[in-house]
Amino acid sequence: MEQLTASMPLIVFVMIGTVAVASSILVVAMRNPVHSALFLLLTFLCVAVLFVMQKAEFVGAVQVLVYAGGIMVLFLFVVMLINVRHLPDERVLSNFWKGGFLVGLAVFALFVTMVRPGVYHDENPNKSKLSTVRDRVAINSTKNPGRLGHKRITRHNVNSEAVANALYTDYLVPFEVASLFLLVAMIGAIVIGKRELSAVEEETAPDYMLARVETEREIKEAMSA
Amino acid sequence: MTHTFIPVLIMLIVALGVGVVILSLNRVVGRHQRNPSKAAPYESGVPLLDTNRKRVNVRFYQIAMLFILFDIEAAFLYPWAVIYRDASHGNAGMFLFGEMLVFILLLGVGYVYVWKKKAFDWK
Repeated sequence: MEQLTASMPLIVFVMIGTVAVASSILVVAMRNPVHSALFLLLTFLCVAVLFVMQKAEFVGAVQVLVYAGGIMVLFLFVVMLINVRHLPDERVLSNFWKGGFLVGLAVFALFVTMVRPGVYHDENPNKSKLSTVRDRVAINSTKNPGRLGHKRITRHNVNSEAVANALYTDYLVPFEVASLFLLVAMIGAIVIGKRELSAVEEETAPDYMLARVETEREIKEAMSA
Repeated sequence: MTHTFIPVLIMLIVALGVGVVILSLNRVVGRHQRNPSKAAPYESGVPLLDTNRKRVNVRFYQIAMLFILFDIEAAFLYPWAVIYRDASHGNAGMFLFGEMLVFILLLGVGYVYVWKKKAFDWK
């Protein structure tokens, strides 16, 4: 039992990692795009578990919240928007599989050589840095009763607070720039979905689109009348 | 640390179990009479009038994109909310409050823009 508890993280890692790799392969292997999207969801969830196992609970939570919740919706909408049908079943590999294989190999080699301890993070990473918080708490002073004193304590397993302390002090500028990015994306979303056609577009737009715009205008007028 | 996530693991196992049990009960208890008319899609007893795979309006996508942007805004609010109460003494508190105010105001500009462009109106 003792041994089982000790090797538990390894067991979970192997299981979740296997599921993550297998489902990410199935994302590209599935012929039905909706199935691909569902396997992508499974990959996202497995990666969230791996984040939690690395004591990065906040990143794991955001992974579920943003990727599994939001990005997934966008993927499904793309599938619905582009009106995709079942692809023919006979071919699993495309004509470009050799090039794709080479690119994949190159990226893998890049990761192996570049992303290793000592290049992008410390040789001896301080694991407690992102899971502990030094805090000052108010206590009753022992010397003068009735006055408040302070005591420094260290709290463990508070990844969200550690992330927050870093994000809202040391990384203040990136945090505020993030809101600018969100603003730009918001404006972009509106521009993409704009309804009115310009004069040039009126000339080049296909007939069915003009007909649809016309119908919509009629409906709008009928509704307002 | 990992032990605090054992409830999550149990919940996942129970969810998986419920799915497996329901599907296998259906297979074990139910009767199987497969015929083409049973497998055919229908809506309210009427045969399908048209294909079920149609292009949807791009407005759905627009709404989904706006949802994600405000979702990410909320994700930035979580860690702030976690530390705000403990750090909200004096200058540090005002600093935290101010930086989140700037963040919200910048996104508020976007919100007003989206509103003025009538992206929330479904017409």
